Amino acid sequence: MANGTVVDALDTAVIAPGHTLGSVTDAISGHVLRRRAPLGWWIGFGIAFMLLMGMLTTITYLLAVGVGIWGINIPVGWGFDIVNFVWWIGIGHAGTLISAILLLFRQNWRTSINRFAEAMTLFAVACAGLFPLFHMGRPWLAYWMFPYPNTMNVWPQFRSPLIWDVFAVSTYGTVSLLFWYTGLIPDLATLRDRATAWLPRRIYGIFALGWRGSARHWSRYETAYLLLAGLSTPLVVSVHTVVSFDFAISIVPGWHTTIFPPYFVAGAIYSGFAMVLTLAIPLRAAYGFEDFITKVHLRNMARVMLATGLVVAYGYMTEIFMGWYSATTYEKYTVLNRMTGPYAPLFWALILTNVVIPQALWFRRVQESVLPLFVIALIVNTGMWLERFVIIVTSLHRDFLPSSWGRYLPTVWDWGMFLGTIGLFLTLFFVFIRVLPAIAMFEMRTLVTPRHGDN
Amino acid sequence: MATTNQTSLYGLMAEFDDPAAVVSATRRAYAAGYRCMDAYSPYPIEELHHALGIHGNRLPLVVLIGGIVGGLGGYLLEYWISAIAYPLDVGGRPLHSWPAFIPVAFETTILLAALSAVVGMIAANGLPMPYHPVFNVPEFERASRDGFFLCIEATDPKFDVHETRRFLESLNPREVADVEP
Repeated sequence: MANGTVVDALDTAVIAPGHTLGSVTDAISGHVLRRRAPLGWWIGFGIAFMLLMGMLTTITYLLAVGVGIWGINIPVGWGFDIVNFVWWIGIGHAGTLISAILLLFRQNWRTSINRFAEAMTLFAVACAGLFPLFHMGRPWLAYWMFPYPNTMNVWPQFRSPLIWDVFAVSTYGTVSLLFWYTGLIPDLATLRDRATAWLPRRIYGIFALGWRGSARHWSRYETAYLLLAGLSTPLVVSVHTVVSFDFAISIVPGWHTTIFPPYFVAGAIYSGFAMVLTLAIPLRAAYGFEDFITKVHLRNMARVMLATGLVVAYGYMTEIFMGWYSATTYEKYTVLNRMTGPYAPLFWALILTNVVIPQALWFRRVQESVLPLFVIALIVNTGMWLERFVIIVTSLHRDFLPSSWGRYLPTVWDWGMFLGTIGLFLTLFFVFIRVLPAIAMFEMRTLVTPRHGDN
Repeated sequence: MATTNQTSLYGLMAEFDDPAAVVSATRRAYAAGYRCMDAYSPYPIEELHHALGIHGNRLPLVVLIGGIVGGLGGYLLEYWISAIAYPLDVGGRPLHSWPAFIPVAFETTILLAALSAVVGMIAANGLPMPYHPVFNVPEFERASRDGFFLCIEATDPKFDVHETRRFLESLNPREVADVEP
């Protein structure tokens, strides 16, 4: 057997000692190939699926009646739909960060979390895409946004950030899918070779494309994977930059600011890592992946959260400073209105959840303990959602003319859609961990054996 | 000698226990003059394709071309739409407002480059390939788990069933198997 390297202390190990190529493969593929899913899987899937069915109900009613069932109206025309869109798309960014940027920086601890983080990206983008789609009111005409020759002789307006958004998000979804699938090909070949039943063997075989692990293939494969990582890195930064342009290009007070792109990208990674932890901690416990997702992973993810959280906190301070420094009545009022207006409790909750509580991550004991980390991750998820709500709603509801001020309150259908996408996300995730390996097996094998050829 | 055997087999395959063994075996086979051969491993081993005499590939060039086509194509499309096909005068702003065209041109650059990387990799690897003779060796299913294989193909001018088998056996493999076509 190709034996495992002597890994240093357990404390710095990205994989527990004692693993071999075979044991890693079996431990990960075993969860996929077993006949019956555990009871916990069925319970989780059942709850997620119910939420998803709730979403279908909401959408059905929405299509029958129109967006009037939501709380949006003038002046707040962007409500939950855009809040949730930005929230979901931001969550996706951690997956790309882990799979692409950490690969380029040769952070080998990314190996055991990149697969499900990429899946998370894909599912988060799917959830995000639903909101602008249905916010259009006539989603069946969504293809009008793409440039294609048509009998109406109209073309998209390329000076609009909303069209940039269409291109950014659809490119992001496509490239994430390509990246994820490319990473899956060798693992699908493993499942094809290890599945015993006829049908799974065929299905995995079709998607494995006949992969046989040839050295010539691996050479091109590694080149393609590295290039995809290199391409995804600027892409992920551009996507949330474009999302922030949706706001920053406008002249609405509180939105028209140059801090938005970096602060949105940092916030995206912040919330994304929180979601990776939210998924990784239960997955690790339920599937016995403690050998692969070690303390090192938890600690590193906690540190990334801490760092990006501080960037986000800096963004809040800059917004407040610029409100004052702009010497514009409207900008100043927007800052004051956020802190003291009708939505002030949400603003202060946001400061508490995004800035104050995550400071606990400075402590190494918190970075390494599962339960506090899980709770903080959930809190940050909430905080980042509150952030988007505060940015969007408080800027819109009181802008230039007091005569056209208003309020926004989400209706039950807004909540239905939001909870529904959480159901969609979790359903997809439960299906994913059932039918595909949640950890990249071929990459884990490179951690077991010293990379080599050397004598 | 044994020309009949040459047509009846795809090649001969040796199985090795660890990456170092397959790399050194491949190096020795290359040194012995074999060229039509391939090595199989459950994860990428850089030294292995170097041992096969492969240095680099043309995928980066394909991706570069994909990116340039995507970027130029995206930009020209925006220019043609905004300035020629559907000119909209918004407050007297220039029709060819290039700064506003950058984000979409950037996204199309990435999109086409990424598509070329994946499609190029799959096509250059000759995939999808529903049938391949190496899978006729029962042990080969370990190539996706923990097995390392070297297959010398019958198309190699130096290939000779007995000679090549003797050579492979001298490399200290776990087993040498015939690969049916």
